[in-house]
Amino acid sequence: MKKGRQTYLVDKKVYIAYTATIAGVDEGKGRLRDFFDYVIDESEFGCKSHEKAEIKLRKHAIESLLKNAGKNPADVDAILGGDLLNQLVPSGFSAREFDVPFCGLYSACATFGQSLATGAALLCCGAQNVVCCTSSHFATAERQYRFPLELGTQPPPTAQWTVTGVGCALLTTERQKFKCPKVTAFTLGKVIDMGLDDPNNMGAAMAPAAYDTISAHLRERGVGADYYDLIVTGDLGKLGRELLCSMLEQECGAVKDRVNDCGCMIFKDRQKCGLGGSGAGCSSLVFCSYLYKTMKEGGLKRILFVPTGAMLSKDSSLQGESIPAIAHAVAIEI
Amino acid sequence: MDKKEYGELVKQTSPKTKEGKTLFLAFAIGGLICMIGQAFADLLTAVIPSFDEKQIGALTGVVMIFLGSLLTGLGVYDKIGYYAGAGSVLPITGFANSIVSPAIEYNKEGIVFGLMAKMFSIAGPVIVSGVSASVAIGAVYYIIGLFR
Repeated sequence: MKKGRQTYLVDKKVYIAYTATIAGVDEGKGRLRDFFDYVIDESEFGCKSHEKAEIKLRKHAIESLLKNAGKNPADVDAILGGDLLNQLVPSGFSAREFDVPFCGLYSACATFGQSLATGAALLCCGAQNVVCCTSSHFATAERQYRFPLELGTQPPPTAQWTVTGVGCALLTTERQKFKCPKVTAFTLGKVIDMGLDDPNNMGAAMAPAAYDTISAHLRERGVGADYYDLIVTGDLGKLGRELLCSMLEQECGAVKDRVNDCGCMIFKDRQKCGLGGSGAGCSSLVFCSYLYKTMKEGGLKRILFVPTGAMLSKDSSLQGESIPAIAHAVAIEI
Repeated sequence: MDKKEYGELVKQTSPKTKEGKTLFLAFAIGGLICMIGQAFADLLTAVIPSFDEKQIGALTGVVMIFLGSLLTGLGVYDKIGYYAGAGSVLPITGFANSIVSPAIEYNKEGIVFGLMAKMFSIAGPVIVSGVSASVAIGAVYYIIGLFR
């Protein structure tokens, strides 16, 4: 049911029944290492290139998700998802391994939010099982957006670190034996551009998009920020989180202890990962591991999950364009 | 909040480069690289006394380019660059790094369209501007010579 301009309430019971995660080497040394299902021990994952490694990571993650869930590919109505690379190569190429309809989605690093929202909408239209999967890889993103890996450059103080990892989730309408987090509402974000043009400061470029989507969600759903135990953004990093909090505080009062960011959670400070993690795999990896498991164990009851994305390309920046950003909000409750 | 106000807020809250630390590291590590170069120059002068200064300079360049390329291939040079910044970009070892790193990266797309085509994607601008500058200065030099 649509409510307001951007928000949809999910009429059916849409369970997030299972999740699967594979994390990269650095992520496996980070704060959330105990929550990941599997950590790879070298970034090429036994492949000839990092792109091939990302494809293989996705394939393995989806296979282990289906295995955990006891499903065959024939039981799955669709695989939804995306990544950061041109033509969504990792997503499309990994989907050829499964005899399942596939839909490639792109909202940069906010793709996992888009996938969950689209998945919930599909389930409301009669689908039974949908897999949502997003990934990113430090080396493939670095090559596409920045420089060759071995080039000796110094990252500026506002830079973030692209997460290597895959997170995938099985959305289903089938009744679950155990208590499972449910997708109850979602808000599709608008593309917001505040005129910032520094591709090394994406947290600041994305914070206004996160603010716009969160405030639209709270307004249209008619709840306060305190309705949620946690409002968790995708990859704003430390700076973006601070900016988001200062914008939200003008509207809803003190929210700092209620707002967190997947990019801030994933690495330890001494890992030298700039202001935090980023990438399409950042939000999915953190949600499908730490957040999902904490919800299932009862540590969190209601969260507003808001993956954020910067829709730039290397060429758009070189052509002098500013950075448009997007955020999609998904309410997940148990 | 409009774009201008937000731009100001971002400028104020963004962490700044720690100039003291980065300048010192660039100076120290860049200086160290130059010192190693000078050591090789002295060593070569002692070993090959028949070479003049120009030939020693060229040979030292070859040695330093080799070292820069080797450290890039071993995956060490990017770690030096993380701390040194311009200190490891400016010496000739940095130039070697800027050619070898894309060569390694794009080797996966094949020798011709990968390695060979993209090898100069970073160093290209330096070469183009260097050649252009020397052509321009050469022309000026020639014209001045006509009136002497």
